[in-house]
Amino acid sequence: MFKLNLLLIVVLVACALGVVTLQHQTRVLNMALENESGISRELQIEWGKLQLEQSTLIARRQIENAARTQLNMVVPAADRIQIISAKKLNESRWMVIEDARGD
Amino acid sequence: MLEGINPITAVRPKLHVGRSWVLLGFVIAGFMCLMVRAVYLQVIEDDFLREKGEARYSRIVEMSADRGMITDRNGEVLAISSPVMSVYIDPQTVAITPDQLAQLSALLEMKAPEVERRVNRRQGRFIYLKRQVVPEIAEQIRELGIPGLAFKTEFKRYYPEGEGAAHVVGFTDINDQGQEGIERGWNDVLAGELGSRRVIKDNKGRIVEAVESIRSPKPGQDVVLSIDRRIQHVVHRELRKAMAIHKAKSGSIVALDAQTGEVLALTNFPVFNPNSRKSIKAGIENESIRNRALTDTFELGSTLKPFPVAIAIETGRVNSDTQLQTSPGTYKIGRSTIRDVKDKGMLSVAEIIQVSSNVGVVKIALSLQPQTLWEMFNNVGFGVATGSGFPGEATGLLRSYNRWRPIEQATMSFGHGLSVSLMQLARAYTIFTTGGELKPISLEKKRLPVMGQRIISSETALAVNRMLEMVTEPEGTAPLARIIGYRVAGKTGTAHKSIDGKYVKDRYISSFIGFAPVSKPRLIMAVMIDEPSAGKHFGGAVAAPVFRQVMSESLRILNVPHDASLNNVAKFREKSAMGSEG
Repeated sequence: MFKLNLLLIVVLVACALGVVTLQHQTRVLNMALENESGISRELQIEWGKLQLEQSTLIARRQIENAARTQLNMVVPAADRIQIISAKKLNESRWMVIEDARGD
Repeated sequence: MLEGINPITAVRPKLHVGRSWVLLGFVIAGFMCLMVRAVYLQVIEDDFLREKGEARYSRIVEMSADRGMITDRNGEVLAISSPVMSVYIDPQTVAITPDQLAQLSALLEMKAPEVERRVNRRQGRFIYLKRQVVPEIAEQIRELGIPGLAFKTEFKRYYPEGEGAAHVVGFTDINDQGQEGIERGWNDVLAGELGSRRVIKDNKGRIVEAVESIRSPKPGQDVVLSIDRRIQHVVHRELRKAMAIHKAKSGSIVALDAQTGEVLALTNFPVFNPNSRKSIKAGIENESIRNRALTDTFELGSTLKPFPVAIAIETGRVNSDTQLQTSPGTYKIGRSTIRDVKDKGMLSVAEIIQVSSNVGVVKIALSLQPQTLWEMFNNVGFGVATGSGFPGEATGLLRSYNRWRPIEQATMSFGHGLSVSLMQLARAYTIFTTGGELKPISLEKKRLPVMGQRIISSETALAVNRMLEMVTEPEGTAPLARIIGYRVAGKTGTAHKSIDGKYVKDRYISSFIGFAPVSKPRLIMAVMIDEPSAGKHFGGAVAAPVFRQVMSESLRILNVPHDASLNNVAKFREKSAMGSEG
């Protein structure tokens, strides 16, 4: 009887320690999780900022101004544009005749 | 006698049996008390105590939910939220040196006495010093190390396209609630819902255990607009130019996808900058926040002429070649006289549209039953909302036909006496670009083909298209709308403005609405210039050149194939057929 009781006490203590250990581990993992979600949140904000920056940089007005004033670019007149069929260009059996306005 | 006394017996105290029992009783009672208390705490008060205990370390934290983005049809950002810091102070604990005060007010771009006044107000525990400070400045303020000064993260809305898309996108107030435009109309979709959850924090404030989620956060959804930012930019730039050239009061341009009714661009002047609170405030006062193309209605004049002509052809009253006499350029109805700019003689129906003869159109319109004409106007969406869902959209005014007088039926045929918004007019033109179907207007990108509603037969639509194309020919009213490489159709409008029910002689609304390429329409564009005052006022001279510029650039942006041969399409030959040559 005494031996059985002793055994049960040992088991009880072991269980109690197990509970404590697991609780601790849960908390450690939870903290890691919180940490990671914090990072994820920060990255999300960073992504938003970059989106904003990109969007500001590609504002057409600035690009157009730069192209016109710094690079002296102009939109070509319609009669200086040649139109090429992209479908045919991608097929190897077709080739462009040099000067399309020859005739 | 003394010897006879047993010493032991003499010192031995008398055992008071009663006292022991009393003592034992006290001890037992004491234990009983403890037991009862223990049972009380463990069993009866258990829940209450647990709660109190948890309150020492469990906290409810808010989970933020961002407002969704607004993007154009290609995913380019038109509105996005970015975190900013709001600086606040706790007046009870704040302690600031004069030196810090100077630095702080410099960083906040506020006057030192103003900052000082707020700091020294010893009431309450929370006063904003300044809201929405950029994070870099906030970091510098943090480094000043002022006790009692703290930060709160908030989100500010940024609009990368600035004034360029201001009227469509709209803006939010300082508390992130949509006030105008898409921001307002789609606020429920865009706005996120805050969530909250219960957690356990340790002594360092770290979250160690998530106990339960009280309300899960609902992040705002993104809204993808039908707007194409590239076209929007072109349209905005050209309208700005035209406003300066013609010294106009206001102006609007609408660009629609001719097949789906999606709005590809929409801009108005005057305009405001949604990134600046100051500009928004001024805009509310001087009405430059109005999205005139959608919320204001006008008597747009001759641009409405194709509709009575279309229904006359549809009902078999006339065909394109029917000849009508418009001499002597005036036509009397009761006491009123309809006038053309000059005597245009005998004209076919097609030529009536080409040279925009009021007399000719009136003759056609008067051959129709009032009900037929009313149904046509009603069917193409005049007097009804366009379906865009834009807040504050105007429906215009189309009065019931049983109260029309003949003069009213006559003036309506050339666009006076009924008011429509520019968007309604642009939408009505979808019946010519889709072969007879009216499409609903959409500000959101459509992923599926849009069902239309058939108004006229495709034969009628084709016949009217041909007439509208003649408008841009040298004999028409708008040769300036021609675009090299494309067939362009359209109609000019020059309307006298009506102010307080009277038409004013020298105030006009010049407009042009057209579509291209005619062989397979891709875009509808409507241009309206209100009160041009630099000499020119005819739609063909004021609005048509703007139309040509924005239309030609947009067609190039969208890579629309030419349909009026310029002989510049590269020719291909098959390699195998020509052998090894070349």
